[in-house]
Amino acid sequence: MAFAIAEKLAFTVSPEDLYQILDPAGEVVDSLPPLSAEQLLALYRWMLLGRTYSRRMVALQRQGRMGTFAPLDGQEAAAAGMAFPLRPEDWFIASYREAIGYMIKGVPLLAQFKQWGGHVADNYPRAAHCLPFQVVLGTQMLHAVGVAQAIKLKGRAEVVLAACGDGATSEGDFNEALNFAGVYQAPVVFVVQNNGWAISTPRHRQSAVDSLAQRGPGFGVPGLMVDGNDVLAVYQVVSEALDRARSGGGPTLIEAVTYRLGAHTTADDPTKYRAEAEVSAWQKRDPLLRFRKFLLGQELITPAEIEQMQASVSAEVQAVVEAYEALPPADPRRLFEIVYAEAPPQLRRQEAALLEDLGLAA
Amino acid sequence: MTKMTMVQALNSALALELERDPEVVIFGEDVGRNGGVFRVTDQLQARFGPERVFDTPLAESGLVGTALGMAVYGMRPVVEIQFAGFSLLGFNQIASQVSRLRYRSGGVFHVPLVIRAPFGGGVRTPELHADNLEALFLHTPGLKVVIPATPYDAKGLLHAAIADPDPVLFLEHMKLYRSTRQEVPAEAYTVPIGQAAIIQPGDDLTLIAYGAMVPVAQAAARQVSAESGAGIELIDLRTIAPLDEATIVASVNKTGRAVVVHEAVRSGGLGAEIIAVINEQCLYALLKPVERVTCPDTPFPVPQVEDLFIPTPERVAQAMRRTLAP
Repeated sequence: MAFAIAEKLAFTVSPEDLYQILDPAGEVVDSLPPLSAEQLLALYRWMLLGRTYSRRMVALQRQGRMGTFAPLDGQEAAAAGMAFPLRPEDWFIASYREAIGYMIKGVPLLAQFKQWGGHVADNYPRAAHCLPFQVVLGTQMLHAVGVAQAIKLKGRAEVVLAACGDGATSEGDFNEALNFAGVYQAPVVFVVQNNGWAISTPRHRQSAVDSLAQRGPGFGVPGLMVDGNDVLAVYQVVSEALDRARSGGGPTLIEAVTYRLGAHTTADDPTKYRAEAEVSAWQKRDPLLRFRKFLLGQELITPAEIEQMQASVSAEVQAVVEAYEALPPADPRRLFEIVYAEAPPQLRRQEAALLEDLGLAA
Repeated sequence: MTKMTMVQALNSALALELERDPEVVIFGEDVGRNGGVFRVTDQLQARFGPERVFDTPLAESGLVGTALGMAVYGMRPVVEIQFAGFSLLGFNQIASQVSRLRYRSGGVFHVPLVIRAPFGGGVRTPELHADNLEALFLHTPGLKVVIPATPYDAKGLLHAAIADPDPVLFLEHMKLYRSTRQEVPAEAYTVPIGQAAIIQPGDDLTLIAYGAMVPVAQAAARQVSAESGAGIELIDLRTIAPLDEATIVASVNKTGRAVVVHEAVRSGGLGAEIIAVINEQCLYALLKPVERVTCPDTPFPVPQVEDLFIPTPERVAQAMRRTLAP
């Protein structure tokens, strides 16, 4: 099957030359994907939910009500656009900056609260086909290839979407994942959210290649770039790559070029290492702004409806904050139950001794 | 029953598992057509096909990380790391991912994965082929670590490891691969993970070993018994995580004397853990300090000196004599 998108894209670092469907003014510059008005509004709502959630988490952290948190601001289009084309049976194995994708796949927002708040991430439903995000960057790309290889061995029609950031592409596991996927011709799509910065290390200090997508061809995996702040372009490119994987065409690497408008985490101060001018230039390419202009221009939504949507999203986040803050403290006993299927005798003795020391023994 | 080497016993277990359960797959470096560098997977690809038994690119993190994904999906991967020293390249995936996913996900996901790896000194291998790294993995909650000493136990423990819902690191000592033959049933059976074996009962001294140190300890026990008539209780741990503390404690409470033997380097090794267990649970039964016979804390000895550094029956016997002395 021909992979039309790949031919359109040159390897380049200029955001202006990236594959786009919407330009930063929200004007349509390429063919629109076949999405209904309802779906387009749903996409926008996911992005808005992501930003609202992220801002709320930062505020909660500042108030001492939440642990360290990695904000999503600026990357909502990439995360929503990559996960939206997935089918319920498909797998999504990503990292912390893809929280919107987890929600689209059916993981409750409360899961993110629990993970950042220091609870065990025990509410990723198995049926959502997502693994809880973890912080050893790039390792999840191999897990995704393993799931994809199992799917292929069993002859199923599912596919796997694996995501990481630009910093993770320097890890051995990212490169091993591309290599294994290429050799296995596994049904997996890799998306790199290149947000320009790995904490304080700029993109050009991660790799001397012009485009991170160029990593793909070295492993026999097609690689392409897309404007990661254009949700429709991300949706379109990922959809084509998923179709290709589903029909036996093998893996694809997609570099979604975006920008982290905020700090790496609540523990980070980006003013120490990057220029204000760079940030303000990217604020003009804000993905929510772009998509909102498009929706308003196409008369798919009115300003009043946007306000209503914002109110409904804020209420949704507020309900999760309340649910999170109503959680009982983690039960130390529970943590002994989830190390093994059956705790060995010494772990049981350690549990009993700890509970005794804590004055919690029955 | 037929007499089998450990390699044949392991091969028999793998063939039976491939036959029994379509979810079992075997992969690693050179395990397909070549049947593994020690032939543990000999003929399995020919019998079961390249979708059940296949070669991977040469990357240990890659093979463990992809195995996690396959296990999560519902398969039962049995992967081979060609030599345990190279498990260090897969260590992150083993320690930060495979061993932790059950905990991280609150029990929603688990990783039924067996990682086999040959290791062990005394066979003149190049650097890092022989290293005894088990203590690194003993210190990794969520992981089970098995080290069989006999062909019979190797087969039974491998069946148990593949049936286990949690990840198992299955370390196979190269010196034991073909050193002895033992009657091994042709059919499947299990030896339970987490249970030590009392190889010979005795009332005067507990001698604790595992892997290739079991025959060394056996020879030492024969020597010391012949000299002094002392009753030596020899324990083969078989599983080192979780450690069968009950068997150790019952024995030392009976004998009041213990010697621990391991091929691994000394500090922070399994011997230290065993002695801590004895200290916590048997201190008032002890008649003498517990001795350790181990490799010294150098990098694992190069082949030119490995026979001098790895515990021998004579060195074990010396420690036993000191411990038995009134």
